Amino acid sequence: MSNTNYVILETAWCPGCGNFNILEALKNALEILGKKPHEVLIVGGIGQAAKTPQYINTNGFCGLHGRALPAAVGAKMVNKDLTVIVHTGDGDSYGEGGNHFIHNIRRNVDITHFVHDNQIYGLTKGQASPTTDLGHVTEVQVAGNINPPLNPVLLAIALGAGFVARAFSGDKEHLTSIMVEAIKHKGYSLVDILQPCVSFNKVNTFQWYSKRVYKLDESYDPTDKLKAMEKAMEWGDRIPIGIIYREEKPTYCDKIEFLREGPALIDRPVDIQKIKGYLNDFI
Amino acid sequence: MDYNILIGGAAGQGVETLSSVFEKVLQRNGFKVFSIRDYMSRVRGGHNFVQIRFGDQELFSHADELDGIIALNEETVDLHIGRLKADGFVICDKQVAHADDRVMALPLMEVARRVGNARVSGSAALGAALALLGISATEVEAVYSKIFRPDIARQNAEAVLEGSKLVQPRYNLSLPGDNLSLPKNSLSLPKEGENILINGNQAIALGALAAGCKFYSAYPMTPSTSIMNYLASKMMDAEIVVEQAEDEIAAINMAIGASYAGARAMTGTSGGGFSLMVEGLGLAGMLEVPLVIAEVQRPGPVTGFPTRTEQGDLKFVISASQGEFPRMVIAPRNAEDAFYQTVRAFNLADKYQIPVILLSDQFLADSTVTIKPFDFDGIRHERYITHTVEDKPYKRYKITPTGVSPRVIPGKIPGVTVLVDSDEHDEYGHITESADVRQQMVDKRLRKLEYLKQELQEPWFLGDDDFDVLILAWGSTWGPLAEAVSMLNSGQRTRYAALVFGDVWPLPTKVLVEKAKKAKKIINVEQNATGQLASLVAEVAGIFCDFSVLKYDGRPMSPRYIFEKVREKE
Ligand SMILES: Cc1ncc(C[n+]2csc(CCOP(=O)(O)OP(=O)(O)O)c2C)c(N)n1
Ligand code: SF4
Ligand SMILES: [Mg+2]
Repeated sequence: MSNTNYVILETAWCPGCGNFNILEALKNALEILGKKPHEVLIVGGIGQAAKTPQYINTNGFCGLHGRALPAAVGAKMVNKDLTVIVHTGDGDSYGEGGNHFIHNIRRNVDITHFVHDNQIYGLTKGQASPTTDLGHVTEVQVAGNINPPLNPVLLAIALGAGFVARAFSGDKEHLTSIMVEAIKHKGYSLVDILQPCVSFNKVNTFQWYSKRVYKLDESYDPTDKLKAMEKAMEWGDRIPIGIIYREEKPTYCDKIEFLREGPALIDRPVDIQKIKGYLNDFI
Repeated sequence: MDYNILIGGAAGQGVETLSSVFEKVLQRNGFKVFSIRDYMSRVRGGHNFVQIRFGDQELFSHADELDGIIALNEETVDLHIGRLKADGFVICDKQVAHADDRVMALPLMEVARRVGNARVSGSAALGAALALLGISATEVEAVYSKIFRPDIARQNAEAVLEGSKLVQPRYNLSLPGDNLSLPKNSLSLPKEGENILINGNQAIALGALAAGCKFYSAYPMTPSTSIMNYLASKMMDAEIVVEQAEDEIAAINMAIGASYAGARAMTGTSGGGFSLMVEGLGLAGMLEVPLVIAEVQRPGPVTGFPTRTEQGDLKFVISASQGEFPRMVIAPRNAEDAFYQTVRAFNLADKYQIPVILLSDQFLADSTVTIKPFDFDGIRHERYITHTVEDKPYKRYKITPTGVSPRVIPGKIPGVTVLVDSDEHDEYGHITESADVRQQMVDKRLRKLEYLKQELQEPWFLGDDDFDVLILAWGSTWGPLAEAVSMLNSGQRTRYAALVFGDVWPLPTKVLVEKAKKAKKIINVEQNATGQLASLVAEVAGIFCDFSVLKYDGRPMSPRYIFEKVREKE
């Protein structure tokens, strides 16, 4: 498969970083889906993961640390023709932007969220993130992390997300197939991607993940919510990857008639005579 | 002719409804109205009042002295009778015991019971007041039916009729040549010569709609919330997304996302929420994404006085967020100005690709005023969007003489992608660490500020050219000041004039410098404790004020307050 549409630019990532595979998988997924660069908007926050929009030739929005989701949903609400994909780190979306993570699951705008979960703050050189394991020693958590990690997959299912998956950057093909499904899903979809950070996470390495991850097969039913929550809690010696939960539900735009029907909001002319009629409210 | 009526009671007693009905009846009888709202940050109890001033001439401000009080409880009488004129009146229920012979204790509750709804006693009081004033009540039912179910509207109208029978007319205030109040259906527009009755927040909201705003995200915060309320009421009809965000940070970032994607987008808040938006403000500046923000001030710091007024955020708003980037700050001076400045804010935000802040306050936000209907036919939407690009790849941040780069909407030109980044970036939007590029980009962004200066509107001038004392003010202080300047100039040797700034950042200085040269004395009049405009004027123009008249108790200055404080300095 050729990636001519999605040229790689020189990155600022460390050699061996899991982010390279995630970027490759993203480009492949977009190729498979036949998306043209100008039809896609990639939104990042701030962090190593969030630099993704810089390294792919699509529309790109690198906003503020933690605030990628609000910007992404704002863009999608006014232009439903854009394929909107968010790339953020675990700190970016579960820490600084935790409130937006919660409430955008409720909103269910039709966007896709890929979290590069390296269980560490990469860009700021190795402090604990919300997903860092207990006991992990860093320059700040000098006696080891004492706060239990947040489980984003479980949290997303509990909050009512319609598509929740976990993937591993070390398995590019599997990751690509999950990305394709996530982008195709109507509504908010989350893929928590386990991503080794070779420079600042010496605990959760490529080998550490490789030894533990296993793919969910056909026998697993991702539509059973309680089973999915159980599956989401599996962490330790064995870590499931694949689509953990999926459910079709109305998106934000489905619930608002004028967004559901007709062209994208930005393509509609303003009817100034109609607005003038609102003077009636004031007489 | 100029009358001033206060309607007061506890929160939950219907002061607001009764007042807006009274205002509408006055408006429909052809009167000019100006009302202020004084309410507490609570849902039940406490004391709320609305002061409705009306007359046959245009009104710009409230007044202190009262001609009448409609008291829904005893506390209202106690609190305000000190401001009642000697020949004034108080209308209240029989149960309110008060020795003052201006108090008319009427069987209002009895009327309400007879009508069959205990909650309509206020309407009985309104009926009595209208009868006393000699103002036609024919419009009452039509006004009620705009806000209540038919049966409730009927009961209220009946209570007004019954209430009117409890008193003898004392004034005869009907205007010659009325009634302008021809029957109105749900689609009718104001007739020739007819006024609209609107407050500052509604004017901003209507201005946003007129400007083609398609996206408004906000988190509720008094006194800005009624902007969101009005827009939400039009959401389906005007096809504008009105989204209640999870916090103000989300609100501003959503609006920036929507604007980047090509919609005219806006957010609104008060000082506390604006504090949370500050990083987002810088984002709009750095990404060069147009954005309009309404900051409706209340007294701070932090929660402060949630429902009251102040002009305490000027210096904060003009410098908020780290780093240096262009922005514009406009302080609307009245409801009419608020409407047109909102439209202008959207046009300037698009033209210069900058954030534009409308800096209003509770006094302007909640004061209702009769004004002539806005001119929609003169409204232009200037978007400055490019549909073809010369450079391949497209340079979102192309260095240009004005600093403004051609703006493409993502997805609109096949083969062209739009990259924006909060990191320092080169012309393509790619992250850079280059010292040269950094310098070029800072210069490019700040160049926009220089070009923006050509668009500035000079402050409004009040008074005559042969003045001795120059007063400087900004924003909503214009209303009380306009009247105060006339009062100061009536029959006194010292002549006064005033400049009232609407554009406050960048600060226009041409007229300021001219007038300041002629002034023997300069006084700043501001609704804050430190004289923030005076300090800005000193910084930007090197002009220093001799005295300040400042008020920071959360209550708006009245014309008389300014008059007396300025006189003291003579
Ligand atoms: C408001 C704000 N606070 C702090 C930072 C500093 N900062 C940048 S990235 C980052 C954390 C990055 O961790 P993560 O989101 O997991 O991304 P990663 O680099 O690991 O991919 C922090 C704390 C910032 N840029 N902005
Ligand atoms: S610091 Fe970690 S996450 Fe960042 S590029 Fe290097 S390896 Fe990857
Ligand atoms: Mg991380």
